[in-house]
Amino acid sequence: MNDTTAENILEVQGVVMAFGGLMALFKPDFKVKRGIIKAIIGPNGAGKTTLFNIITGFFTPTEGTVRFKGRSIKKFKTHEIAARGISRTFQTVELFGNMTVLENVMLGCHTRVPTSFMASGFRLPGAKRKEEEMRDRALNILKFIGLADKFEEPADNLPLGQQKMLEIGRALATEPELICLDEPAAGLNETETYVASSLIKAINAKGITVLLVEHDMKVIMNISDEIVVLNYGQKIAEGTPEAIRDNSTVIEAYLGSEA
Amino acid sequence: MLRIGKLPIALFAGFIIIFPWVAGKVPAIGNYTDIMVFVGIYCLITIGLGLLMGYAGQISVGHAAFYGIGAYVSAILTTRYGLNPWFCMFIAVLVTGTIAFLVGAPSLKLKGHYLAMATLAFGIIVFIIFNEEIQWTGGPDGMADIPGLSIFGFELDSIEKYFYLVWGFVFVILIFTINVIQSDAGRALRAIHTSEAAANSMGVNVSKFKVLVFVYSAILASLAGSLYAHYLNFINPATFDLFFSIKLLIMIALGGMYNIWGAIIGAGIITFLSYEWLHYFEEFEVIVYGAILLVVTIFLPNGLVGLPGMLKELFVRQKSNE
Repeated sequence: MNDTTAENILEVQGVVMAFGGLMALFKPDFKVKRGIIKAIIGPNGAGKTTLFNIITGFFTPTEGTVRFKGRSIKKFKTHEIAARGISRTFQTVELFGNMTVLENVMLGCHTRVPTSFMASGFRLPGAKRKEEEMRDRALNILKFIGLADKFEEPADNLPLGQQKMLEIGRALATEPELICLDEPAAGLNETETYVASSLIKAINAKGITVLLVEHDMKVIMNISDEIVVLNYGQKIAEGTPEAIRDNSTVIEAYLGSEA
Repeated sequence: MLRIGKLPIALFAGFIIIFPWVAGKVPAIGNYTDIMVFVGIYCLITIGLGLLMGYAGQISVGHAAFYGIGAYVSAILTTRYGLNPWFCMFIAVLVTGTIAFLVGAPSLKLKGHYLAMATLAFGIIVFIIFNEEIQWTGGPDGMADIPGLSIFGFELDSIEKYFYLVWGFVFVILIFTINVIQSDAGRALRAIHTSEAAANSMGVNVSKFKVLVFVYSAILASLAGSLYAHYLNFINPATFDLFFSIKLLIMIALGGMYNIWGAIIGAGIITFLSYEWLHYFEEFEVIVYGAILLVVTIFLPNGLVGLPGMLKELFVRQKSNE
């Protein structure tokens, strides 16, 4: 391992993703330094969610590699990537609606507290202890995200803002080193957006690297350390929020050029 | 939380223990103990199928095949080779488990209708084998003289003894399955049901869990098949046809597939209907099953166990309207 890999938790290199004739991504190379909040922005259809799906193993890219902690993730399946330390949330909330808030987060502990079918069936002492350990972990996370009092509610009963928080909580339960948040503020009101932003900062303060897709520019400018801008699957800019704000190519992509 | 209380389990155990005694005292239900042996056998299958369909959300229209494989492996090994029935039951479980793994691993990649079609086809193939491999299975005539079971030299020579044996099995399997449901594995299964994508990205090995629960439900069906063969001492292919697979689905749909008790209640009602209460209908029996399935899917999506909850909700709504 060279020095750059120790510093960069994620490296996206030469990734091409083609769906038939549609080129969703074309080599948007970038790196994510460990411990920062990095945002990916771009107009609709720029390939942001596709990129997330590649990083978390849902899609295998047509070309190119994604390296996590210096190792290519190509061989790993989605659940193995989760076990290695990448977790995610979804653009459209994908909670387990018929399960309680607590159960949702406990499921996130699945990889960290492994139990077997047989051991739980026979209710071996180990299985019971692990179940309690999961419960404790999950309750701690619920306190952290501010949903501890709702732990017995079915997840479907929560308002959207809290569902989004819960999804982040569930992702945290996998104890990720990198968390990928797909539009955490979408559909939220101003207060909820503020809560979400503070939560993301608090997660980052725990040493977890955050990769963020978001449309709300206020959130992006407030919390991110670095920004990558995609358009039509290609990287058109990368830099600090200040640099991106004044970048003419970015403004053109969003607003069109002054003819 | 999907907590399953200790009280229903205790009541259930009590009911099972006194049932043969009560049935022995009341002449009108004197033959119910015999029917209850079959209920127990079907419960073994529906508990597994309920876990597969209700919890993990994977459909199977081929479980009669696993039931049949269990029965035939037991029958062939005991009658042709004179092996110990318990040992044969164990071999049957291994054989069925292996077949379920080989069938499940590729077909559980399919979803919804396609998975149903794959398991349906599997069921039909196995049924044809039972009918055609005459030198092994006796063909449509079936196999007779399958030995009964004995425990440490004690012959199980009465209906009551089989009753306790079968329900003993059901009880152990029930507790095991309840423990699974209330653990990490149960959560993983329910998560798969709701969103495979989310379960996967939370680190749940979705395909492994689907195959695991499929094999588990097949093994239970195999156990049921072996018990059936030793209890009746006779089997023929008609018992394991496609209609039986459908009947199993009707059982768990009627009882309620999202609840483990639903599997038992559904098996009980459908078995009593077909063994006792539907004789008058003769070949129109099928229409009754169709009607039950129709009514349940339209009006009782959560089955009979969901009925109290539905009524309660209705009552609350009525009250708030006043």
